[in-house]
Amino acid sequence: MPKDTSIQSILVIGSGPIVIGQAAEFDYSGTQGCRALKEEGYKVILVNNNPATIMTDEVNADIVYFEPLTVSSVEKIIAKERPDGMIGTLGGQTGLNLAFQLHEAGVLDKYNVKLLGTPIESIKKGEDREEFRALMMELSEPVPESQIVHTVDEAVEFANEVGFPLIIRPAYTLGGTGGGIADTLEEFKELVKGGLDESPITQCLIEKSIAGYKEVEYEVMRDHNDTCITICNMENIDPVGIHTGDSIVVAPSQTLTDVEYQMLRTASIKIISALGIIGGCNIQFALDPVSKNYYLIEVNPRVSRSSALASKATGYPIAKIAAKLAVGYTLDELLNPVTGGTYASFEPALDYVVVKFPRFPFDKFPTVEDTLGTQMKATGEVMAIDTNLERAIQKAVSSLESDNIGITVKKISAKSDEELLALMKKGNEGRFFAIIELLRRGLSIEELHLLTKMDLFFLQSFKTIVDLETQIKKTALDEISVDFMKTIKEKGFSDGYLAFLLNVTEFEVREKRKQIGVLPSYRMVDTCAAEFESQTSYFYSSYFGKSEVVPTTNEKVLIVGSGPIRIGQGIEFDYSSVHGILSLQEEGYETLLINNNPETVSTDFEVADRLYFEPLTLEDVLNVIEAENVSKVLVQYGGQTAINLAKDLEAAGVTLLGINNDVIDQLEDRDRFYKLLEEIDVPHLPGKIAYNEEELVIMANELGFPILIRPSYVIGGKGMVVINHEGELVQFINKQIDIGFPILLDAYAPGKEFEIDLVADGDKILIPTIVEHVEKAGVHSGDSHAILPAVSLSNVDKKEVEEFARKIVSKLHFVGLMNIQFVQHKEKIYVLEVNPRASRTVPIVSKVTGIPMVQLATKLLIGNKLSDVTATSGLLPDPPFFTVKYPVFSTHKIGGDPLVGPEMKSTGEGISIADTVEEGFTKVFHSYLESKPAGKEIFIDVDESMNPDEVGKIVSLVQKANLTPVLNDDIKTWVRSEKALAYFSFSVDKESEKSRALACKNRIQVFSNTEMITVFLQVVNQREFSVCSVQDWKNKDFLKKEVMS
Amino acid sequence: MKGYLFLENGEKFEGNLMTSSMKETFEGEVVFYTGMTGYQEVLTDPSYKNQIVVFTYPLIGNYGINEHDFESKKPHVAGVILLECNPTAYHYESKYSLKQYLEKWNIPLLSHADTRSIVKQIRHHGTMQGYLAYDDTNKIEMVAEKFPVADVSTKTIVSYGTGKTHIVLMDFGCKKSIVESLVERGFTVTVVPYDTSYEKVLELKPDGIVLSNGPGDPKQLQPHLIKIKKLLENFPTLAICLGHQLVALALGGDTKKLRFGHRGANQPVLDVVKNKVYITSQNHSYVVDEESLKNTSLTVRFKNVNDGSVEGIAHKSLPILSVQFHPEAHPGPIDSSWIFDDFADSLSIVRREKQYA
Repeated sequence: MPKDTSIQSILVIGSGPIVIGQAAEFDYSGTQGCRALKEEGYKVILVNNNPATIMTDEVNADIVYFEPLTVSSVEKIIAKERPDGMIGTLGGQTGLNLAFQLHEAGVLDKYNVKLLGTPIESIKKGEDREEFRALMMELSEPVPESQIVHTVDEAVEFANEVGFPLIIRPAYTLGGTGGGIADTLEEFKELVKGGLDESPITQCLIEKSIAGYKEVEYEVMRDHNDTCITICNMENIDPVGIHTGDSIVVAPSQTLTDVEYQMLRTASIKIISALGIIGGCNIQFALDPVSKNYYLIEVNPRVSRSSALASKATGYPIAKIAAKLAVGYTLDELLNPVTGGTYASFEPALDYVVVKFPRFPFDKFPTVEDTLGTQMKATGEVMAIDTNLERAIQKAVSSLESDNIGITVKKISAKSDEELLALMKKGNEGRFFAIIELLRRGLSIEELHLLTKMDLFFLQSFKTIVDLETQIKKTALDEISVDFMKTIKEKGFSDGYLAFLLNVTEFEVREKRKQIGVLPSYRMVDTCAAEFESQTSYFYSSYFGKSEVVPTTNEKVLIVGSGPIRIGQGIEFDYSSVHGILSLQEEGYETLLINNNPETVSTDFEVADRLYFEPLTLEDVLNVIEAENVSKVLVQYGGQTAINLAKDLEAAGVTLLGINNDVIDQLEDRDRFYKLLEEIDVPHLPGKIAYNEEELVIMANELGFPILIRPSYVIGGKGMVVINHEGELVQFINKQIDIGFPILLDAYAPGKEFEIDLVADGDKILIPTIVEHVEKAGVHSGDSHAILPAVSLSNVDKKEVEEFARKIVSKLHFVGLMNIQFVQHKEKIYVLEVNPRASRTVPIVSKVTGIPMVQLATKLLIGNKLSDVTATSGLLPDPPFFTVKYPVFSTHKIGGDPLVGPEMKSTGEGISIADTVEEGFTKVFHSYLESKPAGKEIFIDVDESMNPDEVGKIVSLVQKANLTPVLNDDIKTWVRSEKALAYFSFSVDKESEKSRALACKNRIQVFSNTEMITVFLQVVNQREFSVCSVQDWKNKDFLKKEVMS
Repeated sequence: MKGYLFLENGEKFEGNLMTSSMKETFEGEVVFYTGMTGYQEVLTDPSYKNQIVVFTYPLIGNYGINEHDFESKKPHVAGVILLECNPTAYHYESKYSLKQYLEKWNIPLLSHADTRSIVKQIRHHGTMQGYLAYDDTNKIEMVAEKFPVADVSTKTIVSYGTGKTHIVLMDFGCKKSIVESLVERGFTVTVVPYDTSYEKVLELKPDGIVLSNGPGDPKQLQPHLIKIKKLLENFPTLAICLGHQLVALALGGDTKKLRFGHRGANQPVLDVVKNKVYITSQNHSYVVDEESLKNTSLTVRFKNVNDGSVEGIAHKSLPILSVQFHPEAHPGPIDSSWIFDDFADSLSIVRREKQYA
């Protein structure tokens, strides 16, 4: 049946700010979904308060609301826009829950909005454990022995019946939040309590643990005509017990016979059909490794992280097709966009292996244990494709940009046998590298199998890598034969890792390899194993077989992507990469993108003209440049990942657009940076570089406390600390295991922070607006709340900011995007930091000012002057509305202290737009306050470091807000009381750290600075706000200007 | 040892050749299978007789060879080409590694070959004859097609199952899973050689007939078409793959060769009666020509979604269900296994009619 013509406008619900368990994958699926709907001629109305997304661009949606994702907020939007239909299955668990709640609250009926795609009944059946279990019984699909509980007592009763280990799964949560495996009653009670708190319906499923089984997932699609297909299956190398988002995953399954593969496929189809899903669905099974017994673990009746991975792994655009199924199409009516000649109703055949590795944030939380379980902790992931498993694994590992060099992690290699064996017992971040190290030390795969329950097939593959590594270590670069080089390259030893193993430089390895003619070939991802001719240009490298890439003679630019999502380098860089591509295409260039993140829009094969799914290493980038005859490379949009490649790329003779290594170095090398600023008479805070501990102490005293210290060349303020006195400094030195010298020290000025993003043509600049941080300097800009346009700067200050920026740009002859951070301390403005690249705030500034910064910058990068591309320049006048940017944390999933400081900890951000700053903040706290209707108490944790005047001021603010200040209470009982509303403490002592973590775990809003608690108390009683689309805001701006002129 | 695949069009591909036989070269029609699992079933499916199979999935042999998943008593392929052959198999059911198994049956294995490039050759030039050899100079002339059905059909009459309803299965190279699918539904199945006479079949007093899958060009079975036509006119019939092509030929239709056939576990087929799409397992080079059905009493029941080719036919009045794909799966999805249920239903209807008559 063709599309539904009874509807004209569709409301799409996005997934909101990025948190662990719900990340960039929903921007990818949301963008695909919105585009698919627009392609069909529908008017798309989107609500998503995540500004860093591509789906919230006007090209993808007709009307965009950056409003809270709550029932009352969305109801306002529905009342205003009166959409005919709504889709909730593209916005992750947030979208699904919201669709469900809107239905339950009668909003959909009231406004006659038709829920498209998977019907409410199906969502209910898939999401409500009780209904789901009943349905599975009916279908005779096995589910593990389990019980739904609503209280801890009920759970304990069940535990006494069936014994441990038990899995706790809270209902309606994302990424399995609040769940876990318990081996003892103690652990069990704690987890059940946490799980019940986490679940919006206070319901948990307690399940007999089947840890150790093979974990296999299927991505299934169904149309309203009941045609069901599986897009792909995936096998977790980590057996059941570790969340699939935290597992190393391969696609397709490797160790299942056809009988097993088909048995689970048949079950998947039976389930999706019985649930009545229209669109995509993810189904997870546990398969006994020594029999045909299996259990169903989970069903996600929507597009998911796994469906994004499956789309990239196969080339099949699940979200796009799901959106079309939602408006009435059937699978056999839709063309397969990869081949262009076959239909969407078929199952992809892969002729390669795909490996996914999770990227964890533990580097940002050094005090938190990296133990993995059923609660997801990874912030992002990397994917690698190759014709053999060994290289796919090594490519994925090279893509991680973690503390590993190839398959070696120095701190793991330094561990004793006992320590390594201890790592085998539970899932943890380093387990893969520990297995590799144990194999090096001669442990057999059988022994490792007993310890880890990983399939011997995978362990054998790891061993193949280790055996080759042993051989490599025994030889020298000039002794390597052509055949051996072919073998080790085919199996994935990167030039960089070979250089490490052979103690030579990467350039030496590269030269030798090229000289003996060992070159990569590029193979196509075509969904059909070459059975049909394909239209797409989606490639991966292999050191085996004939290459399928034929370079065109078009003028082309290679865009280097930003790799896995991690704290400090998130989806905003994907936003810039994608816009870079789009504007280069507009200018007539052929665009090539290299990236390794399967969750993103940039790696959608329909975005760039050619997509290379590769690690972001020098070898892989240079290889693409050579295979494609690329003359221009763009590194400004790929975050620090791409910037870090600049030096080596330049050394290899590559032309970088708009930037060169000398500029990067002048900005990143403190000495040179300060010299530069002094030359142009731009003030900076005094700073020094210490090369050892002794110097560190001397220089700190010279500068005078407080000081800010940090290692050079870092992402997201990693390792940054504010030190208040010498005692703290000594403590800091003693606490660190490995201080990476040189260390930068700066005088710390606790003033107001500002930042700007600008577009420059080497001389002229355009600054759309100034962003003001709410928190004082010392809190990482990524973790600060911010207001656009700045409200505290005088016109003179603004002129000065503009002037400083202009000076820096002309001095460096800088072209492209630049981010500059300032601090105002005692009336004086200092430059803190200059980043010669797209920043986190670029998407926000672009969206709310309407200045497409990346597009403009790209046009300048290819040689235009600012005056050629826009009539405006300098600092633009303020828009007549305010935007508040707020950070979103996933600390409750990872654990640890939610204290904000110089090291970034947030995983995502949201914005709200309003007439006043107050209304903006009302929207920021709206969903939290709505979830705490009885919250009346603010816990103020006082300690001696706090100024009594300041405490008094806060107490009176609390009272003024008609709330009760709690100064002395048992924090453990308080956090569980209904009256608990917020917790305030900024002390760095251990007790406060624990209390903050406890409050955070109990979902109590934590404040760790006076600025934000003050703002909170100002708006805490403001529940009213109005909704307005970003398009309408801009019209208001336009009207204002009309009136003025 | 280094070895080579030579294709009819002169292309040569290098790999590591392993054979245990003294023979120098191994020839066959080179075809490719796109399923990612199911190599054991493919190797032992008699329809692959005389064919050199290229596996497009690069890692083959991961779960070894077990004792349950054979489609016949021995492998029938003329050779195997793949990228990586897993030397050891750790699956709990595995009895042999793939390599051991192929060695045991003297089947040559060319590993570490650029399978994707071979597939692209076949895609461009159509299915070709080819051979595997240690010598890298092309000197052998390609041999014309043989008559493989005679080699793979049963030599004796064998019965399976204990059901009341009796099916005679005419074996052109039958897969074990077809027999099992029928026995599971409560039939007694008597498997007879492909050249069994009509009279002999009558003596067995069947309630229904199954025409099995098998290798090669259906037109090689020209001499048997009269017999098949008589069976179709007198018994409810289910025909699969080669059997399906024989139904068309026997009732006045024609068959033609596809450029490179359908082999895999992901072929979408539209049932024009139910208006639903099923993902099917397929293995065929020949196909019923839709044009040729115009003046017959046959109608198209199933169509391939991708290329529109005929995937199944029905008769305007007789109880014939004839499919090009493999409802018995193994390898591949069982989405269309209801074909066997429909066949069972048609038998009970006919039986009831007979009883009432």
